[in-house]
Amino acid sequence: MDGHSQYTPKSGFARWLERRLPIVSFMYDSFVAYPTPKNLNYMWTFGAILSFMLVAQIVTGIVLAMHYTGETTLAFNSVESIMRDVNWGWALRYAHANGASMFFLAVYIHMARGMYYGSYKEPREVLWILGVVIFMVMIATGFLGYVLPWGQMSFWAATVITNLFSAFPVVGGPIREWLIGGYSVDNPTLNRFFALHYLLPFIIVAVVALHVWALHVTGQNNPTGVEVKDVKKETVPFTPFATMKDGFAIGVFLVIYAWMTFFVPNYLGHPDNYIEANPLVTPPHIVPEWYFLPFYAILRAIPNKLLGVIAMFLSILIMAALPWLDKSPVKSGSYRPLFRKFYWVFIAVSIALGYLGAQPAEGVYLWLARIASLYYFLHFVVILPLLTKYEKPEPVPESIDASVAAGSVTHA
Amino acid sequence: MLDGLLMFRDQDSSMKRRLFVSCLSGAALLMSFLAAPALAESGHHEKRPEAHEWSFAGALGRFDRAQLRRGFKVYKEVCSTCHSVKLLAFRNLSQPGGPEFSEKEVVELAASYKVRDGPNDSGEYFERPARPSDRVPPPFANEQAARAAMSGAYPPDMSVLVKARGYGRGFPTFLFDAIPGFSYQEHGVDYVASLLKGYSEPPHDMKIPDGQYYNAYMAGNRIGMPPPLSDGAVTYDDGAPQTVDQYARDVTAFMMWVAEPHLEARKRIGLGVISFLIVFAGLLYFTKRKIWSNVAH
Repeated sequence: MDGHSQYTPKSGFARWLERRLPIVSFMYDSFVAYPTPKNLNYMWTFGAILSFMLVAQIVTGIVLAMHYTGETTLAFNSVESIMRDVNWGWALRYAHANGASMFFLAVYIHMARGMYYGSYKEPREVLWILGVVIFMVMIATGFLGYVLPWGQMSFWAATVITNLFSAFPVVGGPIREWLIGGYSVDNPTLNRFFALHYLLPFIIVAVVALHVWALHVTGQNNPTGVEVKDVKKETVPFTPFATMKDGFAIGVFLVIYAWMTFFVPNYLGHPDNYIEANPLVTPPHIVPEWYFLPFYAILRAIPNKLLGVIAMFLSILIMAALPWLDKSPVKSGSYRPLFRKFYWVFIAVSIALGYLGAQPAEGVYLWLARIASLYYFLHFVVILPLLTKYEKPEPVPESIDASVAAGSVTHA
Repeated sequence: MLDGLLMFRDQDSSMKRRLFVSCLSGAALLMSFLAAPALAESGHHEKRPEAHEWSFAGALGRFDRAQLRRGFKVYKEVCSTCHSVKLLAFRNLSQPGGPEFSEKEVVELAASYKVRDGPNDSGEYFERPARPSDRVPPPFANEQAARAAMSGAYPPDMSVLVKARGYGRGFPTFLFDAIPGFSYQEHGVDYVASLLKGYSEPPHDMKIPDGQYYNAYMAGNRIGMPPPLSDGAVTYDDGAPQTVDQYARDVTAFMMWVAEPHLEARKRIGLGVISFLIVFAGLLYFTKRKIWSNVAH
């Protein structure tokens, strides 16, 4: 934040360091004194939950990498050896595999919160776009990681997804060959996917640092969408207030994560991935992990391969344009009665797309996926701009303090 | 939720209303289709696997040692003629959480198998009796040898086979399969145990080619594996019934342990982890409440 640091170095060493590298005051201002709107609800704890998950995935992943072998004839058995022979290997592997799912669950809630409360609006556009970038790198990381166990779904997901690039005219084929290191998915593919799967999380860390930086410049949005007017009265210091609240939320989240890891570890997986990759046998249904299903449904909904690929990429990229598609001056959905309804329809349609992505692309499923895909884009390019123009928002509270005093939207 | 969405309070602009209604009716149509369970699986003829009682199911599940030992006997005397368990080492059989044979029994058992080793000092490969650290040797040297001997069929390795099999539970049942108290993770074992018992005469309108058999649970109802079990084929010395049903359940439980040798530790440690986390989250909650008690928010 602006202005002088609220940190006063106490010891001689701290004063010495402060004049040379003010890292302690930087940490202090960012994670201790940082003013947090006092009316945040639990939807605002998912940033901390995501930070926790990122660290958890990196730590479990590094240890798994010590035991994993990125070679096609050894990869499947090296994962099984982790499950059987490595001390705590089964816990690490199940925690990492389910950690990916929990990471995506948290990021979807985080994004949905941003959409409901208009957190992408002025002055948080760059913050929001950085979030979209993080989401895209997460998708790449998740996909690469799913290939590593070298089961049937790993192999065929790699084949299907890299094949998408061949849809682009002229450059498509060469791009695909360059990505997979040959004419078909094979050892060079697995080996580079392993290298990239290890690299990308650190890119996520870097973009998260920018995301947090941007957040600390603009300050957090809050359920009223009204900016902080009086820092003294309307905010509380990050520590202990937000740290404790985030800590509690992480604790609850961990209970669910531990349940998945220890009791239903294969619930979100596909049985075919316990069959070693076989280029000569195609599984009857190739399905991606659950967190990619809505995008997969959009891809398959469009009969033309190139257009399908473009639509799939657009369905993610279009989120970056939200600040310019929804220009309603009222941020929070709590004061936008019509927006609120369309918002929940949009969430329902997104979940429906996820369901349809897991069904065979035929008959009624295909047509439903087409309607839902169309609606998905209509929400962004037609409904939101029209709402901006025609919706009459409810009166917005004067300030955060006024809203707290009225006790209206704190627990929306 | 739909009722809530259909409630319509803001009627000040007819334009707005038309826009909302048209989009909403599309979405409502979509949701009503999704809610129709009639859309679930169709066109397949195989039967839905039978649900069995498994001692290892659920949060408190543990393997039944006697069952694992019987299952190993069925594997050794019947399945191992064609199916490998490449990832199973003899030493695993005496580890905690499995059949828990004594180390002496495992040494003797291993010694009854021959494994290829080498090269020795003169550069020769040789056969020697297996040691507990060796993996169980496969019945065929490679896939080609298996196919040549089995008239083209390739019996799959059984190491993780029960985790590699399953069946769709359909909407909305699959949602409950993850929830504590309702959780169901026994898709693979229910399928395999059902399949082992699923042989019968084919329906009169179905022709089964030579070398294949009718099985009610197999995809397409045709399976290359001859009926492996028959009443009395394996002698149990613990008094358990010597029936196909018992054999099928015992060998499937054994396969579950082979696929997930640390299942007991996982569930035991999981209970500890979750109990701790619930208490910890509770303490965090009260700390948070105390800290926030003087702030209106």
